[in-house]
Amino acid sequence: MSLGRIRAVVRKETREYRRNRFIITTMAVLPLVFLVAPTVTLFRIPASATGALVQHAVGATSLLLLVVPVVIPPVIAAYSVIGERDQGTLEPFLTTPVRREELLLGKAVAAFVPSVAVAYAIYAVVAVSVRLGASHTVSAVVWHAPQVLTQVLFTPLLAVWSIWVGIAMSARFGDVRVAQQLATLASLPALGFASLVSFRVITPSVPLAVGLALVLLVVDVVAWRVVSQLFDRERLITGTSAQVSADTGRSSRSAAGHG
Amino acid sequence: MEEQSGKGRTADAPADDPERAVEAAETAGASPVATQSERPALVVEGLTKRFGERVAVDDVSFTVASGEVFGFLGPNGAGKTTTVRTLGTLIAPTSGSATVAGIPLEPGNGVEIRQRISVMTETPGLYLRLTVAENLEFFAGLYGVVQPQARIARALEAVNLAARADDLCGSLSKGLRQRVGLARALLNDPAIVFLDEPTSGLDPVATREVHDLIDGLRGRGVTVFLTTHRLEEAERLCDRVAILNTSLRMIGRPDELRDRLFTKTVLVRTAAPLGAPEEVFAGVRGVESWLGGGPDGYVLTVSDPRIAAPEVTRALVAAGADVLSIAEARHSLEDVYLELIGDDVEARR
Repeated sequence: MSLGRIRAVVRKETREYRRNRFIITTMAVLPLVFLVAPTVTLFRIPASATGALVQHAVGATSLLLLVVPVVIPPVIAAYSVIGERDQGTLEPFLTTPVRREELLLGKAVAAFVPSVAVAYAIYAVVAVSVRLGASHTVSAVVWHAPQVLTQVLFTPLLAVWSIWVGIAMSARFGDVRVAQQLATLASLPALGFASLVSFRVITPSVPLAVGLALVLLVVDVVAWRVVSQLFDRERLITGTSAQVSADTGRSSRSAAGHG
Repeated sequence: MEEQSGKGRTADAPADDPERAVEAAETAGASPVATQSERPALVVEGLTKRFGERVAVDDVSFTVASGEVFGFLGPNGAGKTTTVRTLGTLIAPTSGSATVAGIPLEPGNGVEIRQRISVMTETPGLYLRLTVAENLEFFAGLYGVVQPQARIARALEAVNLAARADDLCGSLSKGLRQRVGLARALLNDPAIVFLDEPTSGLDPVATREVHDLIDGLRGRGVTVFLTTHRLEEAERLCDRVAILNTSLRMIGRPDELRDRLFTKTVLVRTAAPLGAPEEVFAGVRGVESWLGGGPDGYVLTVSDPRIAAPEVTRALVAAGADVLSIAEARHSLEDVYLELIGDDVEARR
């Protein structure tokens, strides 16, 4: 793999995002929603609140914050392949020496960086605000080490999962809205996974957070491999997969084999 | 085609020489003499591509010499774009083999082949929210071009777009976008440039500009594979043409195709019908048969117009005829095309 080619894809994608009003608007509005709601919720909890109430509120807030890395990446990732196809740039792009892994990684990194940056920024603002203004009981739960670790580790890993799902949908469907909706839906099960910790169905601890993060990491790597296999140049260009084309032919070469 | 004006590059020269395009751009427009490589730029043997039950390209074989401008003609749906996509490693052939820029078209060679070729699709496929320079910078990065800024500047100079480098591609006219597409095709200093309907939808001025750019590529010795259904374009630009309609119908120089398909004829017009035309034309060297005698004159089938025309002139003068004109009948590439494709049922799919 060529880092230069991946870098070229990331730079191009970033430039395009910056000039795409739809993406900019989504990236600006969604964080505001996710910033205000949890902050208000936590600030309204009185100091006299029971531990169970506090933990439930913090759990809900934590889950809401983890929605950010699940919801924002598909907005970008679902556009990644369909966007190229819609503006007629996919074929010229694929005629270059770029390998599909390079193309996918470049697209993924370009979606990952702003999504995770936004998610971390929202989390940081909420956490610091709670520290400065919310009751001590709430602050103690929010700043509980396993809680912080869960948030810090799960945010990028959930984002990566959502990105691969988004790219997979983008490579399979012809309409960006369909791809975005399906990608968001397909990403939600990962939230259920996170909610087990957020709502303390599983008692959070550092080893548990790390262990679950490792599981998510493995899932992300498997997702990358699966998406790479789904990325079929021939299907993207002609609407017919190489295998289908070859099945009725005299040989069974794979266009994907062209890298 | 043994000799071709050009920059002297060969198909087996390294395609990633960063200085090559620089030198070529500087000399674009000049007409230096080049010697072609002995190795063909393209060798295609029995190429077949099916999509399900539909045969898009059927058992196509041809060779393109290095430095040649090769026209690939055919009606819509004839398989031209499928052939380009196959040779460009975008889609896999169902059967057959090919060598592209000296590299066998096989799974695993895709990256190497794409490094040595450029494909300009029918629509230039530019990122409209990016500037001209940003578009080229992206593709230079994908090709791993060393010193991309210098290369981009020279590619833009080659297509006379240096002044528009910072314009958004979305603000350019279709003709200018096509020029940006051609500049992009020059970035990697390709051994072969595939141009798929490069003048489709362009006005005459923009079309002329694209033709001039293709001439410029020829001048630089770049092999050009041009798919088009504009016959006058092929006739003007191409050294050889292939006529395709799923399978290959004919291949050769335009004049060769004419010779193969049409008998050679000489048209004779006189002020008045000849009294005894059989006595004038019979026995004239090179004349095989004749017909006519009406207001359109006489059509003589000849073995070689260069021999027959002077002989016919002498015979007419000797017979006292008032000769208005004697001319060789010229068939255009369009005549050839229509002869091959016009009655073809497949062309009307």
